[in-house]
Amino acid sequence: MTAGVTWGAAAALAVLAGLSLFTGVIGLAPGDLLADPEALGLLLVSRLPRTLAVILTGASMAVAGLIMQMLVRNRFVEPTTAGTGQGAALGILLVTLLWPEAPILARMIAASVAALLATAGFLLLVRRLPPTEPLLVPLVAIVYGSILGAVVAFIGYRLDLLQYVEVWMNGEFSGVILGRYELLWASGVLAALAYLVADRFAIVGLGRETSVSLGLDYDRVVLLGLLIVSTVSALTVVTVGMIPFVGIVVPNVASRLMGDNLRATLPGVALLGALFVLACDLLGRVIRHPYEIPVGTVFGVLGAVVFLVLLHGRPARAG
Amino acid sequence: MAGRPVLDKRLLALGLVLTLLCAAFLTLGARGDWGFVLAYRGTKLAALLLVGVAVAVATVLFQTVSGNRILTPSIMGFDALFVLLQTSLVFALGGVGAAALPAALRFCLEFGLLLGGALLLFGTLLGSGRTDLHRMVLTGIILGVLFRSLAGFLQRLIDPNDFVVVQASSFASFGAVDGDLLGLAAGLSTLALLGTWSLRHRLDVLALGRDHAISLGVDHRRSVLLVLVLVAALVSVSTALVGPVTFFGLLVSALAHLVMRTHRHASLLPAAALVAGIVLVGGQLVVERLLGLAATLSVVVEFLGGLAFLYLVLRRPVR
Amino acid sequence: MIQIDGVGHSIGGETILSDVTMSLPKGGVTALIGPNGAGKSTLLGLMARLQPLQTGRIRFDDLDVARTPTARLALKLAILRQEMPLGTRLTLRDLVAFGRFPHHRGRPGPQDRAKVEDALALFGLGDLAHRYTDEVSGGQRQRALVAMTFAQETDYLLLDEPLNNLDMAHARHLMRTLREVADRHGRTVVVVLHEVNYAAAHADRIVALKDGRLAFEGPPGEVLTAERLSALYGTSVTVRDVEGRPVALHYA
Repeated sequence: MTAGVTWGAAAALAVLAGLSLFTGVIGLAPGDLLADPEALGLLLVSRLPRTLAVILTGASMAVAGLIMQMLVRNRFVEPTTAGTGQGAALGILLVTLLWPEAPILARMIAASVAALLATAGFLLLVRRLPPTEPLLVPLVAIVYGSILGAVVAFIGYRLDLLQYVEVWMNGEFSGVILGRYELLWASGVLAALAYLVADRFAIVGLGRETSVSLGLDYDRVVLLGLLIVSTVSALTVVTVGMIPFVGIVVPNVASRLMGDNLRATLPGVALLGALFVLACDLLGRVIRHPYEIPVGTVFGVLGAVVFLVLLHGRPARAG
Repeated sequence: MAGRPVLDKRLLALGLVLTLLCAAFLTLGARGDWGFVLAYRGTKLAALLLVGVAVAVATVLFQTVSGNRILTPSIMGFDALFVLLQTSLVFALGGVGAAALPAALRFCLEFGLLLGGALLLFGTLLGSGRTDLHRMVLTGIILGVLFRSLAGFLQRLIDPNDFVVVQASSFASFGAVDGDLLGLAAGLSTLALLGTWSLRHRLDVLALGRDHAISLGVDHRRSVLLVLVLVAALVSVSTALVGPVTFFGLLVSALAHLVMRTHRHASLLPAAALVAGIVLVGGQLVVERLLGLAATLSVVVEFLGGLAFLYLVLRRPVR
Repeated sequence: MIQIDGVGHSIGGETILSDVTMSLPKGGVTALIGPNGAGKSTLLGLMARLQPLQTGRIRFDDLDVARTPTARLALKLAILRQEMPLGTRLTLRDLVAFGRFPHHRGRPGPQDRAKVEDALALFGLGDLAHRYTDEVSGGQRQRALVAMTFAQETDYLLLDEPLNNLDMAHARHLMRTLREVADRHGRTVVVVLHEVNYAAAHADRIVALKDGRLAFEGPPGEVLTAERLSALYGTSVTVRDVEGRPVALHYA
């Protein structure tokens, strides 16, 4: 089943990627590539980078969501609603406030550090919650995220940067061209790194006691997970903004289809993430052509519907 | 009977604080024609108090019948529903058309739509989902995202000029409240509040849970339905009057429970109303006088409210 | 008298009860026993109108459970399930006082207050009455809940596994109190019990359910035999007579 889903997703992704290369404001058909030199330029400067950006974002955000769920031991959290995304935005704002001419790398590092601190804060909070109340965790995540969000909104207002804040909070890919998206490759690398240590995250997902009993350096693995989650989120926020829900929907769908054996399912999760986000991005480009609807909005609708089906589709338990 | 005089003292104290805040609100920093200032500020104050009482009472009611102190109409996606309705209205009628509606008609239309939407939202969630709180909460959260995303989607389809109208209505605003509408809203709210007060004893029994309530001879299904209608009416009136404003319900309810430490709704409901008045009037004072309008009321309340929520969750087990 | 006629119940296609018919005379303690999934809790819930009846009829002294207004039924029968009330700040006294609600509907009088004190005393909660529900042990909370059903002053008390969370001493004390409730206060007590020996020691009547059907009923001395119990629970049980009562040995 797992292999089937993984290869199926890969195939579908390839098809959609192909479609994506030829969808956009300016008409571009495969035939044009041979005839028109400008067409090739369009492909290389705009379409290909955008398609790659979407794939990388979708894949790494899905993986980041899955890792966070393992760290927190709850199926219904993800970086954009638990403060990581807001932390990254806060980091960028502070850099802009204190060092306006900072190069992009500096901003990136600031965002990552801030995201890391925000996520670490969240993990500390979650540790204090009674374990018999799983519903509290996503709630606390949302409240925590909204507190940080309020701070971001406040500072953004003060610095007159609210417009940028809007963009960070609502990801979209329309501004992606060659030279603007390369950071996302780092995201992809981190997601691949996660694959190498997938087993350890799975064990961490079983809890501290089980991890220690199995001889795992629990704190170190958690720290690694934290780093991956925060950096991926920071990279995404800096480059294209946040796309909420990907980190929750995709891992849960994957779990339903393939189970929870992380080592086997992680590639599937990444591919499904890339697939869903690309599908939404394509839809956003196509629905109101030539205008674009941000992928965050499209995913917000479709992702929510999928999530609701997931949540209520389970068979009723007999009294 | 235990504790009656003590409870009254706390209510008196709350009432005193509220009175002082109201006086400050009306008089602090006033320049110019006293008649005008008092009339303007008086209307604003009345709106703040009306909305405060309505939302506070609705939240307490909602929490009693849902058997949990974390759920609120806001978390269930009600505010997002309002934004969606607003956007749909502008989408259907056009910005000019929507603005051309007479205020009273618009108010009644919005109130009616919200009421229907709220009944559907709360009713379906509480009916079947009651046994699984986890699922119910998450469904509410997801519906919130769904509504907001649908609203965002519609916003993209609207003429940019009309979009401004929608954007303005996405935030609660107490400044532009029509005196006549205030009267209408006050009338509707008073009816609902009187209805609530007459149920105060039954609410104590409902708080024990379904089985206990039925055993004690309360028609559970009918009572819950009645309470939901009252909740829907109260939040719909408030939101139709000033915009999305149910977010502070959680904070106010938690504080009311903390201060009064009782299960009796005869004490809880007035306490919640007074606390809401204090939070809103005090919050607005902070926004206007301390922060110089550099933040919106919702940012201040979300920040402080979020902190209060986290503090409460972390220091004692919550159901 | 409780008259149960042809009651059946299914959830999601699965049959929980089928064609249960019995009549329980007024007075005394009746114990409902049976293995897990036999339908005992479901039956009790249907009797107390917590769930709507799908097939059949249940009557308490000619009051049809499906047709009588719920407020009227609350004066006739009281049920205790395993649900706990909200985490609101309730003292044990407050909790027990709720039992009087069907009588005063929100305006308690001195008579109600007196009955609450009686209930507290009967269940040994006098010293604890001022404490909050989250400050006392599970067993004490359980006793308060039973006291609440007692304070409701109904002819019939239906209790679903009230001995869970109770240690030996408290379990025995509760069963003895239920006996007193039946003998001295003239109530009819129907109690679902997990441990058959409590039923053997205190009940006047045993009703056994298995796979949603009535397996057997009668006085403990008569029906609690090794063969019957082994068949009922699907495990080998021996029965010994100890001080004139049957005791089931199912531990090793």
